[in-house]
Amino acid sequence: MSSPTPSKALNSRGSASLHTDVPMSSTLSDRYSRPAMALHWLLALLIVGNFVLGLYMHDLPFSMTRLKLFNWHKWAGVTILALSAARLLWRLTHQPPADLPAPAWQQRAAHVAHGALYALFFAVPLAGWAYSSAAGFPIVLFGVLPLPDFVAPDRAFAEAIKPLHGALAWALAALVAVHVAAALRHHFVDRDGLLLRMMPRRG
Amino acid sequence: MTARTLFTLTLAAALLAAVAQPAAAQPKPAQLQAGSEIAFTTRQMGVPVEGKFGKFTAQIALDPKKPETGSVAFSIDTGSARFGSAELDAEVPKATWLNTVRFPQATFQSSSIKAAGPGRFEVAGKLAIKGVVRDVTVPVQLSQAGANSTATGAFAIKRLAFNVGEGEWTDTSMLADDVQIRFKLMLSGLAPL
Repeated sequence: MSSPTPSKALNSRGSASLHTDVPMSSTLSDRYSRPAMALHWLLALLIVGNFVLGLYMHDLPFSMTRLKLFNWHKWAGVTILALSAARLLWRLTHQPPADLPAPAWQQRAAHVAHGALYALFFAVPLAGWAYSSAAGFPIVLFGVLPLPDFVAPDRAFAEAIKPLHGALAWALAALVAVHVAAALRHHFVDRDGLLLRMMPRRG
Repeated sequence: MTARTLFTLTLAAALLAAVAQPAAAQPKPAQLQAGSEIAFTTRQMGVPVEGKFGKFTAQIALDPKKPETGSVAFSIDTGSARFGSAELDAEVPKATWLNTVRFPQATFQSSSIKAAGPGRFEVAGKLAIKGVVRDVTVPVQLSQAGANSTATGAFAIKRLAFNVGEGEWTDTSMLADDVQIRFKLMLSGLAPL
């Protein structure tokens, strides 16, 4: 295998003393906590699903289906927002597993990417909520719980921020793609067991 | 009785009726002022969405002290309905909804006006939308400041009773049957309360 093992990489740099006991491949003991994993995978599903739904529905002709899908998209968005708040709270109050040994720029890039992902978990649904409120369509969660208008109804403002929701969603999609590519690279190329830290233990 | 006699009798009766109507009992018509509005709120999957009629006329003759002598009539341009959303505004004129080509006007004609408390009235009459005529009773609250009167009120109608929303849109779990109608009329020329 051409890629160096984590311990080789570590030795060659002679740094990262915190990681002298880096577990190898699938023997990792340092995993994310169960709630962190649950929130990660649930949100992964919701975010990918809602992105695809958004792409599909946005230029459908006016119909009952379109109306239904728009409402589902908004409910899912608000759910993503609420779960992301819970996730951020959990993340801030619980130590995640330490970084695996890697070049400093990679570690930094990973942290920046994670920070940006978190920022977009909030920015995308909030921009959508603002657009819906401004357009004069208040959100009624699951058809029963009316949410306050995030911004006052204002047609001109609605048109102005409409592209923002889309642009932010595309930025999130791009970051998710990088995130998934990086995770897969760790798993299949570096074989450092990083991906398993987000996988519930078997048995 | 010949047709001619019948005609003469009918004419005489009509003339008599017109003369018998005591002129003093007929209140002077009030004028609709700018700032008046008629709005409607629909509910789509629980989401209230408000629209307005931009163009309507009214013939209002009411002496607030003798409301039973008054009468109220409205004519609303269905084509002037606007939600403010380009998508919805393109839908409303279609045959499924208001069918504005065939039914360019919605009308209301009062049949009786009753006092219902200080500054409050109950106006009963016939509402015609999309060729369907239904009896409605509209509560009206009247307030006055100087020579200007403001009449406000709200009531609900069942859209399906008027065939508003046909085909798949008869599903009231998606689009509620109830449509709230809200109005605020700025009037001048109304007698004091």
